[in-house]
Amino acid sequence: MARLARLEVTDDELDAFAGQLDVILESMQTLGEVDTDGVEPTSHAVPLVNVFREDQPQPSLPRDAALAGGPDTAEGRFRVPRILDDEE
Amino acid sequence: MDDRIIDRTAAGLAADIREGRATSRSVTEAFLDRIDAVDGEVGAFLHVDRDGALATASEVDAALAAGEELGPLAGVPVAVKDIVVTGGMPTTAASKILEGWIPPYDATVVERLQAAGTPILGKTNLDEFAMGSSTEYSAYRRTANPWDTARIPGGSGGGSAAAVAAKMAPLAIGTDTGGSIRQPGAVTGTLGAKPTYGSNSRYGLIAFSSSLDTPGPVARNALDAALLHEVISGHDPRDSTSIDAPVPPVAEAARSGASGDLSGLRLGVVEQFAEGAGAAEPGVLDAYLAGVDQLVKLGAEIVEVSCPSFSYALPTYYLIAPSEASSNLARYDGVRYGLRSGDDGRRSLEEVMGLTREAGFGPEVKRRIILGTYALSAGYVDQFYGRAQKVRTLIKRDFEATFEQCDALISPTTPFTAFKYGERTGDPYQMYLADLFTIPTNLYGGPGISVPVGLSDGMPVGLQVMGPVMGDDITYRVASALESTQDPLLADTAPEIEGK
Amino acid sequence: MTKLSTYEAAMAAYEPVLGLETHIELDTGTKMFCGCPTAFGAEPNTQICPVCLALPGALPVANRAAVEATMKIGLALNCRIAEWTRFARKNYFYPDMPKNFQTSQYEEPLCEDGYVDVAVDGDHYRVEIERVHLEEDTGKTLHVGGATGRIHGATESLVDYNRAGIPLVEIVTKPVPGAGDLAPEVARAYVTELRDIVRSLGVSDVRMEQGSLRCDVNVSLNRAGDAWGTRTETKNVNSLRSVERAVRHEIRRQAALLDSGEKIHQETRHFHEATGETSPGRSKEEATDYRYFPEPDLAVMEPDREWVERLRSGLPELPRKRRERLRAEWGLGELEMQSVVNADAVEIIEATVAAGASPTAAVKWWLGELSRRANETGVELGELRIGPEQVAELQGMVDDGRLNDKLARQVIDGVLADEGGPAEVAASRGLEVVSDTGALEAAVDEAIAANPDAAEKIRGGKHAAAGALIGAVMKSTKGQADAGAVRELILSKLG
Ligand SMILES: [Mg+2]
Ligand SMILES: [Zn+2]
Repeated sequence: MARLARLEVTDDELDAFAGQLDVILESMQTLGEVDTDGVEPTSHAVPLVNVFREDQPQPSLPRDAALAGGPDTAEGRFRVPRILDDEE
Repeated sequence: MDDRIIDRTAAGLAADIREGRATSRSVTEAFLDRIDAVDGEVGAFLHVDRDGALATASEVDAALAAGEELGPLAGVPVAVKDIVVTGGMPTTAASKILEGWIPPYDATVVERLQAAGTPILGKTNLDEFAMGSSTEYSAYRRTANPWDTARIPGGSGGGSAAAVAAKMAPLAIGTDTGGSIRQPGAVTGTLGAKPTYGSNSRYGLIAFSSSLDTPGPVARNALDAALLHEVISGHDPRDSTSIDAPVPPVAEAARSGASGDLSGLRLGVVEQFAEGAGAAEPGVLDAYLAGVDQLVKLGAEIVEVSCPSFSYALPTYYLIAPSEASSNLARYDGVRYGLRSGDDGRRSLEEVMGLTREAGFGPEVKRRIILGTYALSAGYVDQFYGRAQKVRTLIKRDFEATFEQCDALISPTTPFTAFKYGERTGDPYQMYLADLFTIPTNLYGGPGISVPVGLSDGMPVGLQVMGPVMGDDITYRVASALESTQDPLLADTAPEIEGK
Repeated sequence: MTKLSTYEAAMAAYEPVLGLETHIELDTGTKMFCGCPTAFGAEPNTQICPVCLALPGALPVANRAAVEATMKIGLALNCRIAEWTRFARKNYFYPDMPKNFQTSQYEEPLCEDGYVDVAVDGDHYRVEIERVHLEEDTGKTLHVGGATGRIHGATESLVDYNRAGIPLVEIVTKPVPGAGDLAPEVARAYVTELRDIVRSLGVSDVRMEQGSLRCDVNVSLNRAGDAWGTRTETKNVNSLRSVERAVRHEIRRQAALLDSGEKIHQETRHFHEATGETSPGRSKEEATDYRYFPEPDLAVMEPDREWVERLRSGLPELPRKRRERLRAEWGLGELEMQSVVNADAVEIIEATVAAGASPTAAVKWWLGELSRRANETGVELGELRIGPEQVAELQGMVDDGRLNDKLARQVIDGVLADEGGPAEVAASRGLEVVSDTGALEAAVDEAIAANPDAAEKIRGGKHAAAGALIGAVMKSTKGQADAGAVRELILSKLG
């Protein structure tokens, strides 16, 4: 799970989490008791449909402002360490 | 004491400024001075913007002097929870991963504050990414409860609640995902309102759980909160989940509630809230029941209602919120902004991302990311997230059924009063219980308000009023009526913090 | 070195099943979820905002034009438009994807169950469409420090998010069995047809070389009567020719493995333009878990039927219909028209006809001489440095008798060498047909005098002998005489 979430976790943290997560997961298992057959899911207080914007350009950020937050930038771009090779 | 600016209500200050008895600059300065004097002890602020606040105050004064018509809160300063994006002002979500980030844009809520002429005093402390109920998970500082500085101010919005309770701000912005406005309100003796989800914009609100997060007002009384509510609410085309409908008339409701007449109003009490491990502790229950008696004296009728699905609200919430959070927090990877850790020129990007997130997130955030990642992973999404969304429907149906029988629901806001530091950090589940009574409203999407109702062992207790979707005005009316029975207002009886 | 079967041996032993997944960037004015412009080739990171850079707190709002464009594509591909559809988050970490999830569609695509008919060598194939859905593109990563910008060996990378958030339509076919040894051509014909359909809708410029149309190719092999084999997915095959080559290569590679009793691994592979081969991607111990869930920041979509019908009735003439019309107008046979289509020459011929050439002449030039030139230099017809107007002008000069075929080919040399338009080249290279009758008569007289034997034969009625005299005249005029006119002149003098 930690790898999927791109989280390096120390062994101590992992030990603590494991026990805590068990308690929480146990509580979640109680949802299994609920009869949800034929029940539609809900995600919003007022279900909204067809919310669109028109295809009208809006100003982008000035490049300096966009790059200002970057931990490392070069040549107008965000610099990152080498990416693991996808090709053999 | 009445001659102190910081003791006055926001509505009173606004009238003083509008009618020339005070300037926004003098008012704003008074609160900034108060912050200087007592925040060392309270720890409510992560950032104070003295220059920015005074500049806005001066603009308001100039505009008024020029005869311009300004909004009803013009010139009254506000504190903003540090999970709301403020252009040019540090915004951290109380996380190390955003340390030093200066946003290049403003949240809609902030734009609306600026348009209303309310100077922004600074950014208040919270649990990291709003995940917590005690503000102990802030990566930066500890916030004390002004009623007892050995105790927590609630959370996640402990900073906003403590700032208002300690009179460092007349008003504050909070955000409520599972109770983060109402629960701190209850334990600090302030009033906190969670508006109907979608009735105000989440644009620029750093996402924790997208389908639950709601910004809202924190104040010392219902009318002040209602005035701020009206400033920040309303449709925003930049938020696809924003409701395109008129804002409920909450200020009018607060004014009419102040007459103390609730005759004809039916208030429901939820049978399931009185049961099981989560039931309110005795002192809380006593204060709450005394409040119910007051409401009956004001003419309200109490009916008992049953909401069987509420028993599943907590596990439902702890599936939905961490699932959405695990995805919302994926963007903090040290590429575009914020912290980068472990980049020694040799490590791969994948390793650096992992180390950045390890160094940048605190334990509660990690716990919820792992929980959410697990809940969404293949083979579990139907069993967990999908099922939780369906239980949400059942909870919504319970609310809708009760609103056939009554106009609003009432309950204690929290099962217990402010606890001591460290009392529940070792046991996340015990911490989660703090939100037992507030979470159903978030899952439903309707409005909820916590109004101070009494004391238990000297610590404040809140009464929660829950309304139907877009029925925010009813919750303000009840809160305001309850306040009419208090003289002085409970919120104004906090022990004085002397400070420097 | 990869072991390969010959294509013939592979086809004798196995049957291929194809699958194609195509991504098309829409050319809306703004991105999918924000108002940033989408212009190609802008300076890096100048078309980004809080939303498409995934700054904390920013929220998406869907672009109506992109949703409409996707529905138009779905309708043109004979799909059913969903009555209820929504976006989902596809969660995985990658630096060119700002949110570290892609807003895409999962179980509820906008369009489903369509088909495209294609023809290869006179046979017709129906390629069934599984789904057409809407998502967003990623940014672009520049790899630094390795060889030629490749990720392999790079020491760092630089990311430009201008492309991040551009609306992307994904079109997935159902498995395509039964193409047999024409599988590579069917794959290519499908992508060509898809491209032409989308282009006719005017919703994308579908330029493979600019990456606005990208293709992933799935191939599996099985013995006749057996269940379908394990498929491989070759990613980012970015020209029509490469689609065909990639399929052919995978068939040969998989056949060799199966022949030697080895298993095919379900994996993604990369196509290499230079060698025409595929190579495996990083082997993943476990399949990526995308943790799809409904996007809570966006509203669901319920395209009402009136909206759908309005879009349907507004569809332009689609390529298949248009080709039928043009075939009739141009008087071509079915196979001839198919050659035109396969050479990707419909539009260019249409433009040439519009510029005044006869259809026969336009087809002749583009499928003959000009296709040969394009092949020689390895470019597409559209990339040749001669256009429809110039070809029409050239044909006009032939029709006027100012050029003959041989001269016309020399004029083409000049136009391709950027010496100017046909008239200019003819003038500057001195390539006009000799039309001065006096000069021509002198040349004919000269030829008769120099070839008395041939002249005698013609006088005796053997008109075939005129060829020698014509050749002599053409030689003395350096080819600039009209051969027909010369022949007539000779016969009139000797007949
Ligand atoms: Mg895709
Ligand atoms: Zn943008």
